Amino acid sequence: MKTILIFIQKEFLQIFRNRAMLPMIFVMPLIQLLILGSAATFELRNIKMEILDQDLSPASRELTARFQHSPFFIVSNNANDIADCEFALDKGWADCYLVLPEGFERDLVNRQGAEIQLVLNSINASAAALINAYSTAIATEYVQSLSDGSGQSIPMIESTYSYYFNPEMNYPSFMVPGILALLITMIGLFLSSMNIVREKEIGTIEQINITPVKKYQFIAGKLIPFWIIAQVELAFGLVIAWLLYRIPMEGSLLLLFSFTAIYLIVVLSMGLLVSTINRTQQQAMFVAWFFMVLFIILSGLFTPVDSMPGWAQKINIINPIKYFIEFIRMVLLKGSGFAETKHLFAIMGAFAGILLPLAMWQYRKRE
Amino acid sequence: MFAVEAHNLVKKYKDVQALNSLNFKIEQGEMYGFIGPDGAGKTSLFRILTSLLIPNKGSATVMGHDVVKDYREIRKISGYMPGRFSLYPDLSVEENLQFFASVFKADIQENYHLIKDIYSHIEPFKKRRAGKLSGGMKQKLALSCALIHKPEILFLDEPTTGVDPVSRQEFWEMLGRLQKDGLTIVVSTPYMDEASRCDRIAMIYRGDILAEDTPEAICNMVDGELWSAAGAQGYNLLIFLRSCSECVNVYPFGQEVHFQFHGDHENMQEKVREQFPDVILREIRPSVEDVFLNLSADAAKEKEVLNG
Repeated sequence: MKTILIFIQKEFLQIFRNRAMLPMIFVMPLIQLLILGSAATFELRNIKMEILDQDLSPASRELTARFQHSPFFIVSNNANDIADCEFALDKGWADCYLVLPEGFERDLVNRQGAEIQLVLNSINASAAALINAYSTAIATEYVQSLSDGSGQSIPMIESTYSYYFNPEMNYPSFMVPGILALLITMIGLFLSSMNIVREKEIGTIEQINITPVKKYQFIAGKLIPFWIIAQVELAFGLVIAWLLYRIPMEGSLLLLFSFTAIYLIVVLSMGLLVSTINRTQQQAMFVAWFFMVLFIILSGLFTPVDSMPGWAQKINIINPIKYFIEFIRMVLLKGSGFAETKHLFAIMGAFAGILLPLAMWQYRKRE
Repeated sequence: MFAVEAHNLVKKYKDVQALNSLNFKIEQGEMYGFIGPDGAGKTSLFRILTSLLIPNKGSATVMGHDVVKDYREIRKISGYMPGRFSLYPDLSVEENLQFFASVFKADIQENYHLIKDIYSHIEPFKKRRAGKLSGGMKQKLALSCALIHKPEILFLDEPTTGVDPVSRQEFWEMLGRLQKDGLTIVVSTPYMDEASRCDRIAMIYRGDILAEDTPEAICNMVDGELWSAAGAQGYNLLIFLRSCSECVNVYPFGQEVHFQFHGDHENMQEKVREQFPDVILREIRPSVEDVFLNLSADAAKEKEVLNG
């Protein structure tokens, strides 16, 4: 036990002596939370729309006005023909253009159903889908207002809805817990995978290997400091997230930290595995990044896991980040307790039970 | 009991034979040197003896403990200084020493007398980070760390490589004092001039021990007279002597050319002077390096013959 403490003490001494380390631990989460939490949103604003009104009727002007008053669109009417619109789209002056053809009002009044055309720049597919949805909503609203005015009612189904667990569809509430998960994963994985490789690179591992220190003592002495740092990182991140975004904390923080404790064993074991396989920090860095990026993309941080194809969901079965993001959202937003999350505890426990012994077995004191 | 005993020790890497069935015995309290160029297999041997590497064949014991089975015992009783400086550069001198003492469960105060002689040189810099020390001071710190747990045997792999001549001198004097206190010291070096500091040396070349004896006995291993030729046209001299049928074992040695020959030395001198009037010819006593160059040339020839 004393030997482990000596290693932990040495490790902390080295970590805090490393000039890059403290900024990494405290500034990185601040910046990531600040940028990712507020820059990325569900909404799309400031959509540049070119409207080509070929009808020049009260109806077409009314529809144009509705677009102009929408907070999402910046409308311009500079185009004289389709060619102008295409040009604006090509040049990037417009994100989309809307054509209100001649006879728009006539068709509308005759109730034959009028046609309008929306052309979108779809380089960003999800943005294009959003623009389409917004535009359709505005057009539908306009048609409804017409029928209201005429007194003849068309039967309509009106749905009311309520967003549970994030009633205001607050983007940071959704995003920030995921970013916290990402942060501690990064800190845990990189610190642990770089550290032992570094000892290999500078040769100190030789000097350690010939001491009577036992394998488990060395590994415990290596991993416990990172385990503590990552937990502190989570606590720090939670405080920042609360101060900046007032993200909800419905569930028990104790539960969150207990789950994190197991999760970190998984992450640190992965780091240890990476560092036993590689010989240089550069190699370890690339391998760690490879897994990191793969797991993040599949984790459900940015896109819902349920909408992924079957094979991707199957890969996700072994993606610890996915489970952690699921867990942290459940606990912070929904207030889930142990009863609702015990399956996640079981899965994470199984990961830890496999990975830690595997990593320890892989690490050899002699060749 | 011997301090170290090796029987038919073999180590192979993928396509390199690092050690070729080595046999040797080291007495307790002896200063034993492995002398050989880079790539001779010295480091592989040291890593086997310190239990970091497992041999493919053969066996070895250190203080009676088998290097494969009883590696735990070996780690307690041996001190090892790898060829590369391998202490923590971001820890201070003091912290490194404290760390290694603690890992070995040793007490610095109790064992301070062992390192006092060495550590006192670097004590004024004890707050300095180990990475910022000079080469000689790094060496002293590494030796202190290797000694702090009171080992019975010390393995030093090229301890003086990259160290200035004054520090090298000092370092060997320290080793001499440690030996007097009863420590067995096994050391390797590529510097032939350091060989004379050892009680016995083994010349190691391409995984084989070419010769093993006291430095004096080794120097007497050259059969016949050894001559040195020095002149302004060193390279042409070398070419000429190599083309002479009477001359054997011709090799450059610093600014000079060393060689042996068959027949009468007066004839030889005449013949050389004819071509090179300003040449200085003298008979010399072989140094360890001469023996090494002689033996390794023979070994290389033998291998060529064997390989057809």
